[in-house]
Amino acid sequence: MHKLTKSFSHLVLPISVMTLLIIINLIKGADYFRITMVNGAFYGNIPNILFGASELVILSIGMTLVTAASRGQDISIGVSATITSAVFVQYVLQAGEVTLLTIVVGFLLSCVVGLFLGAFNGTLVSVFKVQPMVASLILFTGGRSIAFMIDGKLSPILANDISNHIGTVIPGVPIQTPIILTVVFIALVAVLFKTTNLRLYVETVGINPNAARLNGINPKKIIFLTFLIMGICTAVAGFIAVNKAGRHDSVNLLKLIMMDAILAVAIGGNSLIGGKFSITGSIIGAYTIEMLNRTLLRLEIEPATIKVFKAVFIIILMVVSSPVVRVFMKKALDRVRTWRLSLSQPKESALSTTYIAEKEEE
Amino acid sequence: MASVNVFKPKARLSNSNILFLIAAVIFVVMYLFAIISFPNSFLQFQTFFDLFNLNAPLIIMTLGLCIVMIGGGIDISIGAVCGLVTMACAVFLESKMGSVWGAVLVALGIGIAFGILQGYLIAYLEIQPFIITLSGLFLAQGLLTTLHKDPINVTMPAFVGLRDFDIVIAWLGTKNRLGVFIPSEIKLGTVIVVVLLVILASLMKWSRFGRNVYAVGGNSHSAMMLGINVKRTIFITYVVSGLTAGIAGFVYIMTTGAGNVGNAAGAEMKAIASAIIGGTLLNGGVGNLLGAPIGTLTLLVINELIRAAGVQSNFQAMVSGLLLYFFIVLQSVIMSLRDRRRFSIALPPWLRLSGKEQTGDQREP
Repeated sequence: MHKLTKSFSHLVLPISVMTLLIIINLIKGADYFRITMVNGAFYGNIPNILFGASELVILSIGMTLVTAASRGQDISIGVSATITSAVFVQYVLQAGEVTLLTIVVGFLLSCVVGLFLGAFNGTLVSVFKVQPMVASLILFTGGRSIAFMIDGKLSPILANDISNHIGTVIPGVPIQTPIILTVVFIALVAVLFKTTNLRLYVETVGINPNAARLNGINPKKIIFLTFLIMGICTAVAGFIAVNKAGRHDSVNLLKLIMMDAILAVAIGGNSLIGGKFSITGSIIGAYTIEMLNRTLLRLEIEPATIKVFKAVFIIILMVVSSPVVRVFMKKALDRVRTWRLSLSQPKESALSTTYIAEKEEE
Repeated sequence: MASVNVFKPKARLSNSNILFLIAAVIFVVMYLFAIISFPNSFLQFQTFFDLFNLNAPLIIMTLGLCIVMIGGGIDISIGAVCGLVTMACAVFLESKMGSVWGAVLVALGIGIAFGILQGYLIAYLEIQPFIITLSGLFLAQGLLTTLHKDPINVTMPAFVGLRDFDIVIAWLGTKNRLGVFIPSEIKLGTVIVVVLLVILASLMKWSRFGRNVYAVGGNSHSAMMLGINVKRTIFITYVVSGLTAGIAGFVYIMTTGAGNVGNAAGAEMKAIASAIIGGTLLNGGVGNLLGAPIGTLTLLVINELIRAAGVQSNFQAMVSGLLLYFFIVLQSVIMSLRDRRRFSIALPPWLRLSGKEQTGDQREP
């Protein structure tokens, strides 16, 4: 039991936030968990959250790795996803007849572009030792124009059955396809971390690159690798986003998603200055953000004021989880405990303090 | 024995100064290139002044951001705060009790309020600056749309007078095609930029606070060991940054004369880019406030060049990205060469901002 609580202690923050949001939603209306069947697929509040957050989850996985290894954030993810999806859309549109093979080849092509973009940022960060945020500022500045040039004209439309199915539902399968793709991606990442030493290496590099180098781990390689993984993540996220939207809008596709992804990493209990990380936390954080957005909509707050509520919520959340407040709360809790112990056992208080300590440990 | 000052001309430069020097050289080269390729537009003084006149808010924001970045933090709420200030001033000026001085107070108040809120949370509660200033950005944007959604054009006579006020330099100007002499004009925003630059740069160079900021940004732990109040120093940097964002908002509405939801949107990224080009590192501890306007102007000259060349507007963002890439790699290469001690230049002492003058000072026995 003790071991279990220790390994889950970093998830306390995201899970408690999620619980709080669910309680708020249940107070607003008891039918929050109701799932309805429309045209052979599940719809409802929870499936909508899973559906809406799919790109954010995938990007926050990549962001967690980049943050852990390179002690900084990649702000070009939305732009990279726009470029990769532009390549995908162009390939699909150029092929006359759209088959499953076309989609797969297009997706692989966009993955290659994603790797290239990741390598671009990764080279700057690992070889030239530029801070990640500065390095990704380059793509952030010029990337949307590149996507626009690949598009050629304003927002080409993806009108074929297969993309439509990927964006919504495959007939016969009751779950929306983006949710399935997200689950598959998460499973692949989990397999990657179970079978390789990547987690250990990334954490080592993030905690102290020089010590990692002295122990025979090449920090440059590891940082570069995390950026490559980030590139794959952006390609997958762009693929899902463009199929969801059905058209490629190079100006607004996944705009400002880097803010949400960084927020997801922070809500997941990860430090933004590198070191130990928890991908589970980031995933839960990403779903929490989507849930927060939808909760604010569900509470019928005016669209103009939504951002104020979101900001206040985040600030309160960060204040509660800040180290200073946490230490303070812990001290207060300890004081209350000892006080209660002495109150409930007035006779035993005369006994030796070791006995009380043992009691506490139980 | 009288103390003897021995000045060594080949003293090694500090990182702040070398990065500033690179930025300055690049700016001069850039401007010379612009003059050579488009002599009849870039040779005019008015073109140079217009860079200041139209972009004064950005330069002011960059100044505040530079101080925060030297202290080791980051502030991405400045653009949104600036936008909020413009809208608040516009609403206030259009109301019945509107007055120009009141608007100035509103601008400064909003800026300082944001600075105090964010600074307190970051410095005293030790929350990551990126997240807090990100929520500050959301907060400011949300307040902006809550306050007013539609564009407001300020029509108050006193303010319009202020907006249209120009300082004419009669002896500096150009002749147009008809041979009529047109004197150069400077907006009030430019004056504010210069005043703020002088105040903040001297604050960072000579005051105890400025030195503390460099020390905290370089290594907050050893700064604490030296007896510097780290938390208060960080707190003040954010307050200064909020204050400059407020001033920038007022200068913005003084330039455009209208409150709009899209005002100064995305300015934080532009400010970060200009601070980096100006030689301030995101790690903290390195930077020079004189680099802030130079970085901004470099970015603007690039944009003006591309516009003058008549390239498609799409290329503008791409070329700025490419040049940013060039600067960043150049800075990185020079810094790594310096680490191997193959590179050293000297800068006159009056330009060195972060101390460490290599003067041998013989002590009296």
